[in-house]
Amino acid sequence: MTVRKFKQADWEEPLIFELSHEGRYGFHPPEVEDAIREKINIERLIPKRIARETPAGLPEVSEMEILRHYIHLSQMNYGVNSGLIYPLGSCTMKYNPIINEVLAGHPSLTETHPDQDSSTVQGILEFLYKLKQGYLSVTGMDDATLQPAAGAHGEWTGIMLIRAYHQEHEDFARRTEIIVPDSAHGTNPASAAMAGFKIIEIPSGSDGCVDLEALRAVAGPQTAGLMLTNPNTLGLFDHQIAEIAEIVHRAGGLMYYDGANLNAIMGKCRPGDMGFDVVHVNLHKTFSTPHGGGGPGSGPVGCKAILAKYLPVPDIVYKDGKYDLSYDKPHSIGKVHGYYGNVNVMLKAYTYMLTMGPKGLKEASELSVLNANYIARKLKDTKGLSLPFAPEKPRMHEAVLSAQKLNEDTTVRSLNVAKNLLDYGLHAPTVYFPLIVPEALMIEPTETEPVEALDDFIEVVKNTCEVAYTNPQEALKAPVNTVVGRLDEAKAAHPKTICLSWRKLCQLIEE
Amino acid sequence: MNRAHPYLPNSVPKIKERMMDEIGVKSIDDLYVNIPENLRFKGELQVPGPYTEQEVKKLVSNTLERNTPLKCPPFLGGGVWPHYVPSVVDEVVHRAEFLTSYTPYQPEISQGILQSIFEYQSLICELVEMAVANASMYDWSSALGEAALLANRLNHREIILVPSYISPSRLAVLKTYTIPAGMNIEKVNHDPKTGMMDLEDLKAKAGDRTAAVYVEMPSYLGFTEENVEAIGEIAHEKKSLYITGVDPISLGILKAPGSYGADVVVGEGQPLGNHMSYGGPLLGIFACNHDNAIIRQMPGRIIGVTETLADKRRAFIMTLQTREQHIRREKATSNICSNQALCSVASAVYLSLLGPNGLRDLAETCTSRANYLMNNINDLDGVKAPIFNAYHFKEFTVKYGKKKASEVNKMLLAHGYQGGKPLKTDFPELNESSLFCVTEMHTKEDIDGLITALKEATQ
Repeated sequence: MTVRKFKQADWEEPLIFELSHEGRYGFHPPEVEDAIREKINIERLIPKRIARETPAGLPEVSEMEILRHYIHLSQMNYGVNSGLIYPLGSCTMKYNPIINEVLAGHPSLTETHPDQDSSTVQGILEFLYKLKQGYLSVTGMDDATLQPAAGAHGEWTGIMLIRAYHQEHEDFARRTEIIVPDSAHGTNPASAAMAGFKIIEIPSGSDGCVDLEALRAVAGPQTAGLMLTNPNTLGLFDHQIAEIAEIVHRAGGLMYYDGANLNAIMGKCRPGDMGFDVVHVNLHKTFSTPHGGGGPGSGPVGCKAILAKYLPVPDIVYKDGKYDLSYDKPHSIGKVHGYYGNVNVMLKAYTYMLTMGPKGLKEASELSVLNANYIARKLKDTKGLSLPFAPEKPRMHEAVLSAQKLNEDTTVRSLNVAKNLLDYGLHAPTVYFPLIVPEALMIEPTETEPVEALDDFIEVVKNTCEVAYTNPQEALKAPVNTVVGRLDEAKAAHPKTICLSWRKLCQLIEE
Repeated sequence: MNRAHPYLPNSVPKIKERMMDEIGVKSIDDLYVNIPENLRFKGELQVPGPYTEQEVKKLVSNTLERNTPLKCPPFLGGGVWPHYVPSVVDEVVHRAEFLTSYTPYQPEISQGILQSIFEYQSLICELVEMAVANASMYDWSSALGEAALLANRLNHREIILVPSYISPSRLAVLKTYTIPAGMNIEKVNHDPKTGMMDLEDLKAKAGDRTAAVYVEMPSYLGFTEENVEAIGEIAHEKKSLYITGVDPISLGILKAPGSYGADVVVGEGQPLGNHMSYGGPLLGIFACNHDNAIIRQMPGRIIGVTETLADKRRAFIMTLQTREQHIRREKATSNICSNQALCSVASAVYLSLLGPNGLRDLAETCTSRANYLMNNINDLDGVKAPIFNAYHFKEFTVKYGKKKASEVNKMLLAHGYQGGKPLKTDFPELNESSLFCVTEMHTKEDIDGLITALKEATQ
């Protein structure tokens, strides 16, 4: 192996509560001025029956101890900017540019309250307006809301637009079904269910794309819409998309585009041109904003003109040289977020858009596709692995390999392949998804990985498969170079041992 | 010049060609063959750029600086509040290992974020005195929406009783969340003098269709709800869930919801170390009792303690995943996937920094300064503050006799102050009034300056 050695930092870091020492402070909030204290008597101010009697059981730790604690914990974690390759399929873990963070820390943004008079926030409204314009061009849609705070939040918002549409067309009572392919992200059926719909799952064809016969069989007067990712979760572009849209539209349903995989097609084709009526895009995927260990993301929703009037309030409008928020939208589904969404994340996406420009966005998509195919082609013939569903077809930005043969031959599973990657300081791909691929390894390298990183990834996967055949026990050991080895998942969820907080932990220790 | 983009290492022509060679394609478009010709986008995206970093920095900064600077932080609250964010918080959340990681699907290499979020959950539990908290919801509003859906799943009832002075935007989001589930929201009347919930009306409205009773503490209009215990008892008599919504800063001096019978606590974690950022990202707090039925219906990510299989070392892992969308699909307890994880890390750092005494000091400073401003405004001619006769924590209502609230704000802005939020649109009965907020960010000098400006503006 030519891949470099890796050992993750491990501080055996105690819990912050275990660092507590009575009387220590980590931070001093300002004290009340004497002149105010003389006039306001706190004791008399707060009614006894609602006054807190015992202080909250928070730890008492000095500033540097806290800083070190969390820096230690950060070193026991893995990020795309600090690690090597982070090929988590469907998550688009591309480089998160530093300039985005610098600009998102601008006090004109961070210290601004959402209820300020619009005359004082012209700069913010301007960038939001322009981000939306760019978004509309990339997606080929007519209007959009930036309000949804994440991809799934966007899906639900989009399906609520479809719901509102059918309600107005007095079609709602019978249009109770949303069709979802079996290769869809779990959020799709969950979001549609939250919007009150029944989920009709259809199988994928042998080429991994929508089975048109299966679709025709379920599309009808009860169909509210279809949710689809294109390219789909196998990384395949569904070439029958125009026919799919026609079947759904002819049945009276609407087309929802899950933008999780938009990174493959920027400037190459657009959901709006494929026949989709609603889309969401994950700014934390395609537009380079960081994932933050699970969030915050941002999931703007775009739609065709027929759905625009249902978009959430408020709208950002530009009139007479001024930007403003408009609540004048009587058909709106209402609000989906307390304010206007994750504005700080949007600034990062806006910065990214300007940094790339139209040519750069297109080139980013092209290289994401090149990188994914490079990995897929070089790995698909590895002993134990296969590229299920139309292996001859090029993949888009991601590829799903199956380790089923490897598992049958050696007992080593795709999970073990993933853990072996960790031992070389490479992040694992998504495993066991999509559900239609047994022993799935869903690999999305993104365009920001140099070919050298792809080669390292390929080498470690190949090596793991080889070891699996020669010495399976060795391949099952991983990970050993991470902070901890394999964990007891059952214990974490068992009613007798489940522990979700420090208080419970203290209780369990006492018992 | 045709330079390789700094973010695109394989855009160097030689590298690109070698890669294409190795996989046997002649051009990039060979990889896009599955896109039908008529669906290909032929034009150019309407996006400005590309700009170099130096250019983009200037351009975006210039745009943001078209905001009007204020003399001091805005006197606004209601769901997002101006609080100081200690430097250590920003330092930690900018660590690339946290910032640029994703959901810890691989726990062995993600112990750092797992432990940090577990600490966040634990710190929230201490603050609200509940046994369990999840990793985060999008904001207070969505946490409330999810709490209502949770109640509906647990007891199959469809009515949520809310205070008449509930935050209008939280009410709007609650509606969007609950309508598809066939739920209804009913307002409980308030005591016209104190603004607090009318217990008789609550008793009359609570019944066997009441899924949950919800109160906000402090209320949206700043007055505290003194009957929180009695409200919980009424809810529980009807076997309804008791949901409380909190401003966590107030818990430095106000009773924790766990001590007055709350079953589910929601709230806004933004003031705990997260910048206002024009309203997002925020941090939805969601906590509940250690009741197996409730826990297994909870929405969102949850981090639990476990140990390594080999040497029984303590470790952290995402648990109860069988509730979640990636496993349960349409039967999941919620569709939430990406959440506000980094904001919860910020809040863990923040609560650790303040500790029990710092949080109390902070709450005292906020409430003292707020009451100082309130009393001084009340002394102005033709102005009343607060409208309700109750203890106010850091927000309070001001009623203008002579001027319109919007006019007053316009005059305040001319002096560099952002006044309170006008209330007439949301609560017509409150007429020309505004909701003001004071925090530790407003010094006595700021407050005195505002009073002088208000004196002029209200005459």
